[in-house]
Amino acid sequence: MSSANPETPRPPAGRAGMKKELPERFRDYRHVWVFIELERGQVHPVSFELLGEGRKLADKLGVQLAGAVLGPPGEATQNAVAEAFAYGADLVYLVEAPLLADYRNEPFAKAMTDLVDTYKPEILLLGATTLGRDLAGSVATTLLTGLTADCTELDVDADGSLAATRPTFGGSLLCTIYTLNYRPQMATVRPRVMPMPQRADRAIGRVIAHKLSLAEDEIVTKVLGFLPDSQSGTANLAYADVVVAGGLGLGGAENLQLVKSLARAIGAEFGCSRPLVQKGWMPADRQIGQTGKTIRPKLYIAAGISGAIQHRVGVEGADLIVAINTDPNAPIFDFAHLGIVTDAVRFLPALIEAFTRRLSPHSRDKLAS
Amino acid sequence: MHIVVSIKQVPDSAQIRVHPVTNTIMRQGVPTIINPYDLFALEEALRLRDAYGGEVTVLTMGPPMAEDCLRKALGYGADRAVLLTDRYFAGSDTLATSFALSQAIAKIGEMFGPPDVVFTGKQTIDGDTAQVGPGIAKRLDLFQLTYVAKIASIDLAAREITVERRCEGGTQKLKSRLPCLITMLEGTNEMRRGSIEDALCAARSRIVKWSAAEAGIEDLTKCGLRGSPTVVKRVFAPTPRSQKAVQIDTAEKTLRDLADELIGAIFTRQPALEPELAFEAA
Amino acid sequence: MQMIKEEFDAIVIGAGMSGNAAAYTMASDGLKVLQLERGEYPGSKNVQGAIMYANMLEKIVPDFRDDAPLERHLVEQRLWVMDETSHTGIHYRSDDFNEVKPNRYTIIRAQFDKWFSRRVRGAGATVLCETTVTELVRDAKGKVIGVRTDRAGGAIYADVVVLAEGVCGLLGTRGGLRKMLKPEAVALAVKEMHFLPEEVIEQRFGVKGSEGCVIEAVGTISNGMAGLGFLYTNKESISLGIGCLVSDFAAKMESPYALLDALKNHPSIRPLIAGSEVKEYAAHLIPEGGYKAIPQLFGDGWVVVGDAAQLNNAVHREGSNLAMTSGRIAAEAIIQVKRRNDPMTKRNLALYKTMLDKSFVVKDLRKYKDMPALLHTNARNFFTTYPRLMSQAAQNFMRVDGTPKIEKEKATTAAFIKARSRLGLVSDAIRLALAWR
Ligand SMILES: Cc1cc2nc3c(=O)[nH]c(=O)nc-3n(C[C@H](O)[C@H](O)[C@H](O)COP(=O)(O)OP(=O)(O)OC[C@H]3O[C@@H](n4cnc5c(N)ncnc54)[C@H](O)[C@@H]3O)c2cc1C
Ligand SMILES: Cc1cc2nc3c(=O)[nH]c(=O)nc-3n(C[C@H](O)[C@H](O)[C@H](O)COP(=O)(O)OP(=O)(O)OC[C@H]3O[C@@H](n4cnc5c(N)ncnc54)[C@H](O)[C@@H]3O)c2cc1C
Ligand SMILES: Nc1ncnc2c1ncn2[C@@H]1O[C@H](COP(=O)(O)O)[C@@H](O)[C@H]1O
Repeated sequence: MSSANPETPRPPAGRAGMKKELPERFRDYRHVWVFIELERGQVHPVSFELLGEGRKLADKLGVQLAGAVLGPPGEATQNAVAEAFAYGADLVYLVEAPLLADYRNEPFAKAMTDLVDTYKPEILLLGATTLGRDLAGSVATTLLTGLTADCTELDVDADGSLAATRPTFGGSLLCTIYTLNYRPQMATVRPRVMPMPQRADRAIGRVIAHKLSLAEDEIVTKVLGFLPDSQSGTANLAYADVVVAGGLGLGGAENLQLVKSLARAIGAEFGCSRPLVQKGWMPADRQIGQTGKTIRPKLYIAAGISGAIQHRVGVEGADLIVAINTDPNAPIFDFAHLGIVTDAVRFLPALIEAFTRRLSPHSRDKLAS
Repeated sequence: MHIVVSIKQVPDSAQIRVHPVTNTIMRQGVPTIINPYDLFALEEALRLRDAYGGEVTVLTMGPPMAEDCLRKALGYGADRAVLLTDRYFAGSDTLATSFALSQAIAKIGEMFGPPDVVFTGKQTIDGDTAQVGPGIAKRLDLFQLTYVAKIASIDLAAREITVERRCEGGTQKLKSRLPCLITMLEGTNEMRRGSIEDALCAARSRIVKWSAAEAGIEDLTKCGLRGSPTVVKRVFAPTPRSQKAVQIDTAEKTLRDLADELIGAIFTRQPALEPELAFEAA
Repeated sequence: MQMIKEEFDAIVIGAGMSGNAAAYTMASDGLKVLQLERGEYPGSKNVQGAIMYANMLEKIVPDFRDDAPLERHLVEQRLWVMDETSHTGIHYRSDDFNEVKPNRYTIIRAQFDKWFSRRVRGAGATVLCETTVTELVRDAKGKVIGVRTDRAGGAIYADVVVLAEGVCGLLGTRGGLRKMLKPEAVALAVKEMHFLPEEVIEQRFGVKGSEGCVIEAVGTISNGMAGLGFLYTNKESISLGIGCLVSDFAAKMESPYALLDALKNHPSIRPLIAGSEVKEYAAHLIPEGGYKAIPQLFGDGWVVVGDAAQLNNAVHREGSNLAMTSGRIAAEAIIQVKRRNDPMTKRNLALYKTMLDKSFVVKDLRKYKDMPALLHTNARNFFTTYPRLMSQAAQNFMRVDGTPKIEKEKATTAAFIKARSRLGLVSDAIRLALAWR
C-alpha cells in the first residue's frame, strides 16, 4: 500500500519486484502461519477466523497450516494450543515464557521474529487488533518484508503468491497487494471480516516449542495495571449478534435513548455513526465503520444513518441490514436489505413496543408450541 | 524537551471520487487536510511542550504541496517544520516510508537536538495501515507505545514515561523509557487554535525542505518503489450490491402496523432470529 | 490585552479575487502587507461559476498561465431561452478562441484561490487563514487604524485597511462604512459540481483538449423570477447552477434547491449531466444592484473593493474581473499615496475612486445602470412570457405539418400580441434597449 502520495510521478526505472523473482534465501520459506492472539487467558476470536482463512490458503498451496502461540506457561496457553488445533491448525509453534504474560511490544516482537527466522513461514497472518497491529508493524520492519494491513480478502494466485485485497481511500476503492520477492508475506485482517469457521474437537498435534532468549530485566517497558472494559461499561460491538445504531438523523442526544431502549428490548448492543462520537453524544468505542468497529451481526438496524462509505464498510458483513431513514434516496438503501422511509424518532417507540409485544412471554409460548 | 511529530497530508476521503472507467482516484477539487489522527498527536505534543518546555518539530514526507499542512501545524503552535520531498520517495509503501522518516528524524536529532518523544497518529485515512509509527520506532530503536489514550506522567530526569494504552478489552497502564515513539489514539484531546502571534509567526517561518540527500539518506534502494516490498497489482471499485433495499410501504398505515410489518419482514428473512431474540429479551 | 507592536503598511481583509489582487499588487511593490482570511484556506469558502477573464488577471500576474490551475479555455458560448420542454438558443463558437493566450477560462475557485494566494505569499505578503476579522479599530478621530480578529491576542495595526470581504460585507456595514445589502440588490445562486470523466465531457460538448463550453440560460427555469441558469464545463466536472434575486425568492417562497432540481431535470440539461456524480452543493450571494448600489468606496484609513463594494456586472455575469481590477486599482492608489509619503486619509484615498471611474469597471456598470430595476419589475415578462413565446414560435417554425407558412407566422405574431399586447411589447423593447444603451 502506497503510503506516499500516489499523485507524484513514479520514477520510470528501477521498479523492484513488479515481477516475481524470489531470491534464493527465501526459497525454503514454506507454510501458512496464523498468530494466535492470547491476552489475559483468552484467545481473540479473530485468530480462529484467520485459521479458517489460513486453512483455505494452505490447502491451495498444498502446505501446512500452523498456529503461532505466544504466552506465559500455564493452562491458558495450553488451551490456546488446543483451540488452534480445534480450528484447523496442523501444527503449532509455541513460545512459552513468563515475560509473555501481558502484551508488550518488546518480548512479543522478539519472540515472533525469532520464530519466523527459525522456521520460515511463507505467509503470516495476524488479527488487525490493537495488539496485532502493534506487533505486525514491528515484526515486518525487523524482517524488512511487506505487510498488508486490514485485508478483506486473501487468496493465492497461480504462481503461489498471496493476493491480499484491502480497501483504500476510505473504502472508495479496493486494491490487491502482493509481496512478491520478500518472505514471509504478512497480512492483518480485522475482526469479523472473515467468517468464523466450524470448531471441531481434535487431538493436539505436533507442537514445536521455541525458547525466548530474553530476560525480564532486558525489557524496559513494564505493565503497571490493567482496567478491563467490563468495569468501565465498554461495548463489545464486534461480536454482538444484533446491533442497533443511531445517526445524526436522530436529531439530538436525547433521542439516543430510543436506540438504547430498542437495544435493551431485543437484547442487542447499540452503536452509532461517527458524527455522534464527534459531538460527544456517544463514546468512541460505540462508533461503527471504517475508523470504528467492523460488525458482522445477524441483524443490524440503522436509524437516521445516511450510509456514507466509511460507515458502510463497517456493516456490510451483516446478514440482515434494516434502515430507517426519512430520505428515500439515502445511500444506506443501496446496501440495506430492508428499508423504511419514515421519521425514526416517531417510529422507534412503535418499533420498541411492537418488538416487546411480539417477544413477550405469552407470544413466546405460542411460538414454542 | 524536543518532540518530533510526524504528520501526513491526505485527501479528504469524504470527498474522494473514483473514475468510473479507469478506477483511479479523481483528485480534482478534492481538498487536502492534515490526517485527522495526526492532530491528536500534534496537540498532545504541544501540551507536553507547554508543560515541560522545549520545542516541537513537525515532519512530513510528501510532494511539495505538503508544505501546506506543515504551515498549518506551525499555525497551531509548532516551533519548526521539516518537509522531506524528493521524487525518489514516490511510490513508497509503509516500509520505505518508515525508512525515510526515520532517517529524517535522525537528521533532525543531529541538527536540532535528539528527540525525547516521537509522535505519530494512530493511522492515516488514505494508507490506513497504522504501520508507519511502529516502523519508525523499530528503525530508530525507540520504545514503542501505540494507541496511547493518555500520557499519565513524564519524568525527564529519570527519563521515564507512564501512559495509558488502549488495548483489546481494556486499558493498559505502561511504564517505559525515553526516548519513545507514541502513536496517539483519536478523541483524546482537542486541537487548539493558535493565537494571532502564533499565526503570524507560522506564516513567516521558513519550512526546512530536504531532499533525500539533504536528509542524509544514502541508500536510495530503500526508498520509494524500489524500497517497497509490497506491490499494488490491481485497483478496482467495490462491486455495488445489485439489489436495493426492499421498502416497506408506509402509505396510510399506523406506526403500530408499520412496526409489526417490519418485524414480520425481519423474521421472515431470518426465521432463526425470533427465538434467539425472545430468549435474549427474557 | 497584549499588543502586537509591529505595524503593517496595509491589511487586506479577505483572500478572494479582489483581496488577492490588492495584496499581490501592494506586496509586489514592496509594501508590508498582511492578509487575513476566515476560511480554512484561501478559496475554501468561495463560490463562483466560474469564468475567469484573462485580461484582468494578466494585468496583475502577467505569467499566470504558467502555473495557475485553469480548467478549460472557452471556445463556445450558448445562450438559451428556455420553456418547460425546450430551449431556443444562439451558439457562438470560434476557433479564434484557440489562441496562444486565450481570453476566458473556467476555473474552480477553491483551487484557483489557493494558487493566487501562493503567489501573494511569494510576493512577500503575510497571509493568515482561519482568521476572521471581527472589528475595525479606529483612533479617536474615527480613522481606521487596524483590525481585531477572532484569535486570542491583540489588535493589529496598519496605515490602511482594504476591505475585500465579499458580498455580505458584514464588517463594513457593522463598522458603519456602508448600508446593509437590500434583498432586491442581491441574488442568491446555488450551484452543484457534477463530476464526469474527461472523455465524456469532451464527447457531450464537442470539445477536445482544454477547450470548453458554457451555457447560460434564462426562461421558465427561474419560475417567473429574475434569474439565470448556467452550465460551465471544467476538466472533469460540470458546474451547474441557477441564481435569482433574494427578494424574489422571499416573495415567491421558492426554494433555490427546488429550482436547481428542476433545472437538472429539464430535458435540455438532463442528458448533459447524465451519469454524473454530484459532490458539492454550494450557495452564495451575488451583488446585483449595479451602478446605483455602489457604496462609498473609501474613507479615512480604508478602501473597499470587489463584491463588498457591489462591483458586479449582473448583465454580463462578470464579477471576478471587476473584483480583481478594483483590488489592483485600490492597491495602485495606495502605493501612490505611500510613495508621496502622504497619510492614508479620506482625501488622499479619493485617488482610488478617481482611478476606478476611469476604468472599465465603473464605465460598464454605468452603462447598465437601469437594467437591474427593469428586469426586476418586469420579471414575469422577461423570464416566463417571452421565453414561452419564443419556444412556441420556434416550434411553429420548425414543425412541418401542412400548415401554410404564412398562417404559421400569423399565429406566432398573434400569440405574442395576445400575451403581452402590442403596446407592452413595444415598451418592453424600448426599455430594454434604453437600459442596454
Ligand atoms: C476519515 C473518515 C473516517 C470516517 N469514519 C467513519 C466511521 O468509522 N463511521 C461512520 O459512521 N462514519 C465515518 N465517517 C463519517 C462519514 O463520512 C459520514 O459523515 C457519517 O457516517 C455520517 O453520519 P450520519 O449518517 O449519522 O449523518 P448524516 O450523513 O448527516 O445522515 C443523517 C441521515 O439521517 C436521515 N434523517 C434525518 N432525519 C431523520 C429522521 N427524523 N428519521 C430518520 N432519518 C432521518 C437523513 O436523511 C440522513 O440520511 C468518516 C469520515 C471520514 C472523513
Ligand atoms: C454562483 C456564482 C457564479 C459566479 N460566476 C461568475 C463568473 O462566471 N465569472 C465572474 O467573473 N464572476 C462570477 N461570480 C461573481 C464572483 O464570484 C465575485 O464577483 C467575486 O468572487 C468577488 O470577489 P471578492 O474578492 O470581492 O469576494 P470573494 O471572492 O467572495 O472573497 C471574499 C473573501 O473574504 C473572506 N472574508 C469575508 N469576511 C471576512 C472576515 N471578516 N475576515 C476575514 N476574511 C473574510 C471570505 O472568506 C472570502 O474568501 C459568480 C458568483 C456566484 C455566487
Ligand atoms: N508520508 C508521511 N509523512 C509523515 N508522516 C507519515 C507519513 N505517512 C505516515 N505517517 C505517520 O504514520 C502514521 C501512520 O500512518 P499509516 O501507517 O499510513 O496508517 C500517521 O498517522 C503519520 O503520523
